[in-house]
Amino acid sequence: MATQAARIPVAKTYKIYIGGKFPRTESGRYYDLQNAKGKVIANICRSSRKDFRNAVVAARAAQPGWASASAYLRGQILYRIAEMLEGRREQFIAEMTVQGVGKKAATEEVDAAVDRLIYYAGWADKYQQIFSAVNPVASSHFNFSVLEATGVVSILAPESSGLLGLVSNIAPTIVGGNSCVVLASESLPLNAVSFAEVLHASDVPGGVVNLLTGYRSELAGQFASHMDVNAVICCDADDDTAADIQVKAADNIKRVIARDGINWSKATAASPYFVADVQETKTTWHPIGS
Amino acid sequence: MSAALTPAPPLPDLSQVTRVDEVGVAERVARFQTRSIKTESKTAALKMILSMIDLTTLEGQDTPGKVRQLCQKAMHLHDQLPGLPHVAAVCVYPTMVGIARKALGDSGINVASVATAFPSGMAPRHIKIDETKIAVAEGADEIDMVISRGAFLQGDYRFVFDEIAAVKEACGEAHLKVILETGELSTLDNVRRASVLAMHAGADFIKTSTGKIQPAATLPVTFVMLQAIRDFHRETGRMVGMKPAGGISNSKLAIHYLVMLRETLGNAWMTPEWFRFGASSLANDVLMQLQKQATGVYQSADYFSKD
Repeated sequence: MATQAARIPVAKTYKIYIGGKFPRTESGRYYDLQNAKGKVIANICRSSRKDFRNAVVAARAAQPGWASASAYLRGQILYRIAEMLEGRREQFIAEMTVQGVGKKAATEEVDAAVDRLIYYAGWADKYQQIFSAVNPVASSHFNFSVLEATGVVSILAPESSGLLGLVSNIAPTIVGGNSCVVLASESLPLNAVSFAEVLHASDVPGGVVNLLTGYRSELAGQFASHMDVNAVICCDADDDTAADIQVKAADNIKRVIARDGINWSKATAASPYFVADVQETKTTWHPIGS
Repeated sequence: MSAALTPAPPLPDLSQVTRVDEVGVAERVARFQTRSIKTESKTAALKMILSMIDLTTLEGQDTPGKVRQLCQKAMHLHDQLPGLPHVAAVCVYPTMVGIARKALGDSGINVASVATAFPSGMAPRHIKIDETKIAVAEGADEIDMVISRGAFLQGDYRFVFDEIAAVKEACGEAHLKVILETGELSTLDNVRRASVLAMHAGADFIKTSTGKIQPAATLPVTFVMLQAIRDFHRETGRMVGMKPAGGISNSKLAIHYLVMLRETLGNAWMTPEWFRFGASSLANDVLMQLQKQATGVYQSADYFSKD
């Protein structure tokens, strides 16, 4: 009599997110994600520079449309992401605990991520007023400075905060009309990939956010050297990586925004200055007529 | 006014033209796209593509300034990269031929003109012939003519054949490229038949599309035309050129075309004299790729001239 064989659990192969689609990495490479006991819990794509390049192409294509959407609409869409994330709260908490985060800490982090999205959704149609100005000049001109999205932003997400750190960098970047290519935390990637699914279901136009997983050591240089990237946000880089990024980014005078040692769960880790970091100031002269 | 035309060459028996196996074509074409061309071979291919481009502007809003700008680009593709070839030709409407001719000077770049009521071809024959003569008189080295698709689809092959022959005669020294507008011919059998017809009528080149109709150039259609050229060459000993046009906007796809050309017609055709790309945005993508090959860094369109 045959006995029922024990069921073999299926380790999900998490995919990456480029241009509103979920392709596998072009390189066909994966790394095992293991839990504390050394058991494989998922296969994670090891993105290549070709994937990165594809993501930049998608981001570039999506950026003008996204930037020309009204601030109000961008705010609504960020709010929608928060709603969808709230709806999948249990899944995110479960994924986080699998990666070794305590249940209580996981719950707090997911809730904070939802709140942070709503925080930036609120800033969508307000940061312009705060950072723009009418400047005093000596001639008969109006002279005003306003913010504009810088373009395509590459983000090396924080290593130690898989969801909240990720959301805290994506939200202020896209709320101002930028598109982005993000490399998720190497050791805590599960939430990032699931967050891509949330984005996909939240009216975010394809290409505005592109999420890659893989080895930072392999990809950081690409994030900084690609000429079609306008700014690079670099979280928690060691000194050598940070220096390397500075040098490579200098080629096309990318902005380099270093975010080191930030405790993302603190209220001070959310601020309109994070929006302003990836904005360019445009100053316009306009003659005063009568 | 029907006097004094030299007797047209005989019309081939189109009922004897080989049938095209569509499934076979699709499979063969899929295999061309599996080749991976890297490093030095890629750089060589990219440079070859540049030298084969007919840089094109065919808009109702074309102005002399825009044409001069395009000619400037044709001569100075990207001065930061040393050793680049220039494009094969600049392709414009007949009214812009004089301006392009003057702007290009003795750069060695040809002027191609789309004559014969481009892009529809809906005009009486004497007008098409006059237009051709005017373009040649203005200094066009190459004439891109469109065939009368309506007549062809009706089965009036004699009419199409005579028209091509008449325009060929009007071209004089200028090279004649015959545009089949394959997007309107609907089947690969028709494409093959139209290719044979055009080559027998005296075409120096056959060309897929005007670029105004979708689908424009595709790999399967180009493959069928290349095979027709190969068979025509075997039969008559005459070489005919090929020009896919429309929709080829990135280097990777253009390299697949080169692979197909090499494997169908061989090295003899791999020069601008026998193969052209009709394109407006391809050049920039090729330049970006060449810059990437030179620097190892992916490029931004910000650093290349706009078309």
